[in-house]
Amino acid sequence: MSLAHEAPLSGWAEPFPGANYLRQTLAVAESDIRKLIHDPVELFTRMVQPVLWLLIFGQVFNRARAIPTGGISYLDFIAPGILAQSVLFGAIFYGISLIWERDLGIVQKFLVSPAPRSTLVLGRAISSTARSLCQMVFVYLVALLLHVQLRFGILQLAGVVAAVMLGSAIFSTFSLIVACLVKSRERFMGIGQVLTMPLFFASNAIYPLSLMPGWLRAISQVNPLSYQVDALRTLMIVGGSSAFGIGKDFLMLLAAFAVVMAVATKLYPSIVT
Amino acid sequence: MENAPDSGSNAIEVLSLTRRFGTLVAVDHLNFSCASGATFGLLGPNGAGKSTLIKMLTTLLPPSEGTAKIAGFDLVQHPEAVRRKIGYVSQMLSADGDLTGYENLLISAKLYGIPRAERARRIAQAFEFMDLAHVSGKRVRQYSGGMIRRLEIAQSMLHRPSVLFMDEPSVGLDPSAKRSVWERIRELRREFGTTILMTTHDMEEADHLCDRVAVMHNGVLAAMDTPAGLKAQVGAEATLDDVFIHFTGATISEGGDLRDVARTRSTTQRLG
Repeated sequence: MSLAHEAPLSGWAEPFPGANYLRQTLAVAESDIRKLIHDPVELFTRMVQPVLWLLIFGQVFNRARAIPTGGISYLDFIAPGILAQSVLFGAIFYGISLIWERDLGIVQKFLVSPAPRSTLVLGRAISSTARSLCQMVFVYLVALLLHVQLRFGILQLAGVVAAVMLGSAIFSTFSLIVACLVKSRERFMGIGQVLTMPLFFASNAIYPLSLMPGWLRAISQVNPLSYQVDALRTLMIVGGSSAFGIGKDFLMLLAAFAVVMAVATKLYPSIVT
Repeated sequence: MENAPDSGSNAIEVLSLTRRFGTLVAVDHLNFSCASGATFGLLGPNGAGKSTLIKMLTTLLPPSEGTAKIAGFDLVQHPEAVRRKIGYVSQMLSADGDLTGYENLLISAKLYGIPRAERARRIAQAFEFMDLAHVSGKRVRQYSGGMIRRLEIAQSMLHRPSVLFMDEPSVGLDPSAKRSVWERIRELRREFGTTILMTTHDMEEADHLCDRVAVMHNGVLAAMDTPAGLKAQVGAEATLDDVFIHFTGATISEGGDLRDVARTRSTTQRLG
């Protein structure tokens, strides 16, 4: 066949400013989401952990009534915390796929394309949020079965979706940063294990800030997870209240995302060197 | 993709290009050029600096010193412009095995900003050209090694690069798959006038495809000429193997650190 007389691409004009940026970002996300659709097993294995926490830990402590939860049951109190946790655990190991794809030569292919580096990072964050929304649906189902008092207003649900997506974007991008720094799968797994539990325990996910010793409270107040949990607790649960204020929650989450985005964009090319 | 420059008779001009890793000088003040439309072969033992050179020329690795002009753009000053002009087929099997062939090309086309209508046409054409239309909907992990290579070459050509970099394009392929990859590479040159820079360990491949061949050793070019010219330099009956040994003082199977060898083996293994 002959391609010799291919018409030149007269002006790859953008239909609107930023169209190309958006297309490239979504292409990165699409690549990952298509893989997830081909092989969704991972989504199901991720569902085990939140069930254990809600069903066992939540039920037991619900009876103990040992933790002051401000007028709501303990199960209602930790349901948002467990949602945030399942999003965190899903996102924090996301960076290993970057190392894996680097070893296969896939990352190099993306890096030699003209797509701006930030689209490569943002696209991955978006695909991580898609996973987190599946987890959200699942945690809601389990919570419903356990008679957690959920709110279903449109605004509240939109707020929960936003907080879940932001949390997932922050921790998956943070995970990319770790991957760019450690560069090998073995070291990444080690560090991932070390990071996860402190992030979780140094937050208000399963007990309120008021119970913490001063040093732990100080740490948890710079932990983005605390703000995500606080926003979720306010929006998701009947009678839930905010410790920080919902405006501050989202502001802190957005700020955290801006920081990890900037750092990851800077570090991303170094994964192949 | 047309985004200006590209004029001039040299598609690649390497200017005192240098890369150090600590005290090791992997690429040492390299100077050479590559005429537009030519196929340029880079030979050399593992660890000679070929991969480092390719990484720099494809903008994956910033040079420590010096620069290169690719399709008229300076690598250090305008890496984004260079990226629009080049294609890259890595030594590893970089097609995504978890996606179908079609999906691999689709994602690439989007990354290169090819508009929707044009995208469909080029992808269809690429599958036909590479004789892969019948497997476009299959996941790439089910492809044979030769098919994956052809898919990758198609993928790297979707945006019609002026310069195509290939890192050991036929490593691990059986003889007939190798022939079919070579045939496509030659056809590409005919259709698009693409300038090709490839590294290889395969002397037959260099003989077959390359207009000019350079032998790289310890970060510098030990020799550069046409394949015939190089052979003549070494002796009347010399083969490219003899040329290689003459200029590097090594037999082909020697040299290379564990990582090089491990990577080549794993590529070979995945090719089945």
